[in-house]
Amino acid sequence: MSVGSEYRPSALPRRGLLGAVYNSFADLGGWVINAIETLGDMTLFAWRTVVWLFTRMPRRETLVSNMYQIGVLSLPVVALTGTFIGMVLAVQSFTQFRSFGLETQLGGVINKSMLRELGPVLAATMLAGRVGSAMAAELGTMRVTEQIDALSSMGANPIQYLVVPRFLSCLLLIPSLTVMAVFMGVVGGAGYCIFVLDIDIHHYTSNSNKFVENWDLFYGVTKSVFFGATIGLVSCYRGFHCEPGAEGVGSAATTAFVQSFVAIIVLDLFLSILLDTIYMAIWPTGPMLLGA
Amino acid sequence: MVSAAPVIAIENLNVRFGQQHVLRDISLSVPQGQTLAIIGESGCGKTVLLKTIIGLIRPQHGHVEFDGQRVDRLKERELAEQRTRFGFVFQNAALFDSMTVAENILFPLRQHRPKERKHHRKEMLQRLAEVGLPTSVLGKRPAELSGGMRKRVGLARALILKPEVLLYDEPTTGLDPIVSDVINELMMRTRDTYPVTSIIVTHDMKLARKVADRVVMLYPLTRLEPEAEQTIFDGEPSETELSSDRRVTQFVRGEAGDRLSEMRGLEARNSNDE
Repeated sequence: MSVGSEYRPSALPRRGLLGAVYNSFADLGGWVINAIETLGDMTLFAWRTVVWLFTRMPRRETLVSNMYQIGVLSLPVVALTGTFIGMVLAVQSFTQFRSFGLETQLGGVINKSMLRELGPVLAATMLAGRVGSAMAAELGTMRVTEQIDALSSMGANPIQYLVVPRFLSCLLLIPSLTVMAVFMGVVGGAGYCIFVLDIDIHHYTSNSNKFVENWDLFYGVTKSVFFGATIGLVSCYRGFHCEPGAEGVGSAATTAFVQSFVAIIVLDLFLSILLDTIYMAIWPTGPMLLGA
Repeated sequence: MVSAAPVIAIENLNVRFGQQHVLRDISLSVPQGQTLAIIGESGCGKTVLLKTIIGLIRPQHGHVEFDGQRVDRLKERELAEQRTRFGFVFQNAALFDSMTVAENILFPLRQHRPKERKHHRKEMLQRLAEVGLPTSVLGKRPAELSGGMRKRVGLARALILKPEVLLYDEPTTGLDPIVSDVINELMMRTRDTYPVTSIIVTHDMKLARKVADRVVMLYPLTRLEPEAEQTIFDGEPSETELSSDRRVTQFVRGEAGDRLSEMRGLEARNSNDE
């Protein structure tokens, strides 16, 4: 693997204006080469993980303990943030909707936003923050203290033993966390609209039913599976390629979160385009927006 | 009992990390049953050599042969299979923090002999007794053990599959003289009990003299001329004191020698720069 062979531009920096331009290009080139190298390395890492996933299933106890850490312990925080995001959506949208006399339609907007965007992105962000960085720090510590080398020296494959259970837990449990975030967001939004903003419960629920489709749930859950896989792979990769020392472990944890988050946002755009294209192909009349 | 046939043969081994050349043209063969101590200053590549032997580090040039097979040409599955014939005792034991002592020792058995589950506990208790640890430690986590106990658990884990080759990375570093001597005794006892070939990476000359049949000394490449040999000594432990190479005797006696004048020169240069 090419870890540690970071590209370093010219050993001797050139002086003067021309030198500054030259050095800037050299730095940029170095950065691009490193980025391509890391991307290639990550792809290989992902490929090995997928191959091991189908070669040998992880041991039951390892998988269960990872699922508990990743899924069960994340539930309260995902539920709490989901509830508040639903309420915040209600607060933010109410003024605009009331100016058009459409406040009874708030349910449709809140629920659709929660199902398609906020639920999956929120659950993924919480998972990246709570679990992704912890996984990177744990694996990073194992790298630094030679525990990963010890695993290899005993003929065990570290990807099969350490990465596959974490990856699988993220992949399998993020849909449940997303559903929980969505449910709590829907409940939070409805509670705020009905009890605080005094919107009629009948109109609120009937409009929600009219605008929200099964497709929206499929849309959000599909996205969440990709987000879960990304968090698992990025975090484990960062842990595996941790630099020595406490600073290295800290940096691996931070980088795991930042890179997972950026990847989630970028993926979100492309998955939205892809899923909308699929929707249009199946139902050419187009997605239903505000009953239009 | 040392046999003439080499179980490990290293040919022109070269290892680099980026710009840094760590091992250069190392050639070495280790006969079956021999206990070889690799000594040298920090940073001379001793641990890198040990990890290259077991295939944890891939050399840029040259190769390692184990039992007639080139380690770098083995497929992942074959390499994993071959590693079960090795036992590796890491510098800080490298025990798995998330597991108890029992789970740590049993790990290789569960990984490679899951069908012999009935015998696992018996094997574990035997290894634990061999390294002189009480059964009360079995339920403890590595963080609850002293440095010496962790090393002993590491040794028990390395021995559990009854390996043909034992690799020790600084087995006595960070331990007090009494515990160090206990570890030395354990290594000797292991050598006498099992027909094992051992390679010990160490700074500890007392250990090398007491346990090893042969000593090889490596010198850091950063202090060597471009064409000079990195292996500066290869012989019996008793010969180290008599070596005509000043670098060897200086290391064996633990004398700083010209390093002090180098340090003073560096200090003077740094203060001039200020």
